[in-house]
Amino acid sequence: MAITLDQTIAHKQQSWLGEKLSSQTFWVLIAVILACIFLSFATDSFATSKNLYNITRNVTFVAIIALGMTLVIITGGIDLSVGSVLCLCSMILGVVMHAGYSLEVGIAASVATALVIGACHGVLIAYIGMPPFVVTLATLSIARSLAMVASGNTVVFQFGPDHDKLLALGGGAWFFGIANPVFYMVVLALITGFILRWTRFGRYIYAIGGNEHAATLTGVPVRQIKVAVYMISSLSAGIAGIIQTGWLGAITTNIGAGLELQVIAAAVIGGAALAGGVGTALGAIVGAALIEIIRNSLGLLGINAFWQGCFIGGAILFAVLFDRIRKFRQSE
Amino acid sequence: MAVLELTNISKHFGAIQAVNDVSFSIEAGEVVGLMGDNGAGKSTLVKMIAGNFSPSHGTMRMDDVELVLNKPVEARRHGIEIVHQDLALCDNLTAAANVFLGREIRRGVGPFRILDYAAMYKRAGQIFAELKSETRPRDLVKQMSGGQRQAVAIARTRLSEAKIVLMDEPTAAISVRQVAEVLNLIRHLRDQGIAVVLISHRMPDVFDVADRVIVMRRGRKVADKRIAASSPEEVTGLITGAIEQVA
Repeated sequence: MAITLDQTIAHKQQSWLGEKLSSQTFWVLIAVILACIFLSFATDSFATSKNLYNITRNVTFVAIIALGMTLVIITGGIDLSVGSVLCLCSMILGVVMHAGYSLEVGIAASVATALVIGACHGVLIAYIGMPPFVVTLATLSIARSLAMVASGNTVVFQFGPDHDKLLALGGGAWFFGIANPVFYMVVLALITGFILRWTRFGRYIYAIGGNEHAATLTGVPVRQIKVAVYMISSLSAGIAGIIQTGWLGAITTNIGAGLELQVIAAAVIGGAALAGGVGTALGAIVGAALIEIIRNSLGLLGINAFWQGCFIGGAILFAVLFDRIRKFRQSE
Repeated sequence: MAVLELTNISKHFGAIQAVNDVSFSIEAGEVVGLMGDNGAGKSTLVKMIAGNFSPSHGTMRMDDVELVLNKPVEARRHGIEIVHQDLALCDNLTAAANVFLGREIRRGVGPFRILDYAAMYKRAGQIFAELKSETRPRDLVKQMSGGQRQAVAIARTRLSEAKIVLMDEPTAAISVRQVAEVLNLIRHLRDQGIAVVLISHRMPDVFDVADRVIVMRRGRKVADKRIAASSPEEVTGLITGAIEQVA
């Protein structure tokens, strides 16, 4: 039987399963699951509820920021400032609450700080045309310095009248024994996933990463979208800062130092392409999870912690290499 | 009555006179070939019609109403569609996503609206069928042939009731068989009563599909003739300057 034009047009090239099997995120997820199974058998301490509680909670800070970072990376940009922004936002929260204001005021001040930083990034990058690497590298330095100025480079550990509320916010477990940070991470991941898949804003983020020039020509408000994306990235760092402050119960001016590299690693391991146009919310979470499981397992397996960097670096190379090899095979 | 009428249009960038006192008009269902060497002012002229630049002097009228364009979106609103030379496609998106880029179909209420994937796949499929192009709405553009990519770019112009379609070098970088496909797409647009402006370096394409040819040289219009009354030799002479000007 001859195939008509309509049949050709209606034909779907890949099944749903085929699509999943061809994504890097899927294979990293498999790696995470296999690692968990292996560790459950290889060690007595991995599959204990206490350890799992610890892992899931540790994942969240990197994962939440990786969600925002993924959006930036999809547009083809990068945000190196997240570690310092996290520190500054934590410090603003701490200083404001220490001065006697309520938790709500502290959070508002902290979120506002994040949004202003993100907006500055966005304007400098999208309107002035400065490279994202340079702009956010500057903030990496500036934000941490401002945190030192705000606190006089001291440790803040007393948060005024709402002290207990803040600790409960970050350290509690209000829903079915799930640590609060984990709950926030899941909610934020669902929101991010929804935005990327179902909203016009999400579609435009991919379009900008795919071909910025084309997006401009077809009437996509490229500049506004970029500003929004950098604001979201800073906001995610701010939110992670607030939660982390509640969990730790103290803020020093060196929290979040070097965090940006872990976050970028998580996004990249999860399938985001630094060239832009590719990435998912699930990938950010899965990438963060893999990094944390590597760290956790090295400790449990009795391997010297100095080796951590090698394993994480190896995971980055392996995840991307794996993806390259699969694509070579497809194109042949 | 002319769909589009340009009167004494000029455009200069500082001291550079890119387009100098050009007038012409286009009828509905007419294919006009716009030819000229690099730097002759074709692109600048087209960018003014597309709303990228506003003219320094002169007026544009559409259906006898003066046309002032400040942004590409406004041109589109008036029924002027452009197929860009590089096609302006996002490789990482599906054909349907590219067709609807900037004009997504959404469903929902008020500000709570989500992308309507089903409707966009369906409509894109219909347009590809209309264009007689074997292009699948769900495929990524990355995996497509040159002809299919053209079809995606042209499909965009079919989303609204376009009156004029400007095509910038649509046959520059594709295979011979695909050129035939694209020329068919142009005839298809013409048959719908759409005016097509075809900017091209390729003489055979213009003589194959166009009704009229306009030649530009150094910012001026040097010829505006029916294809039947001209010849490739004459047009070549006009482009290079061997022939100064014809009526």
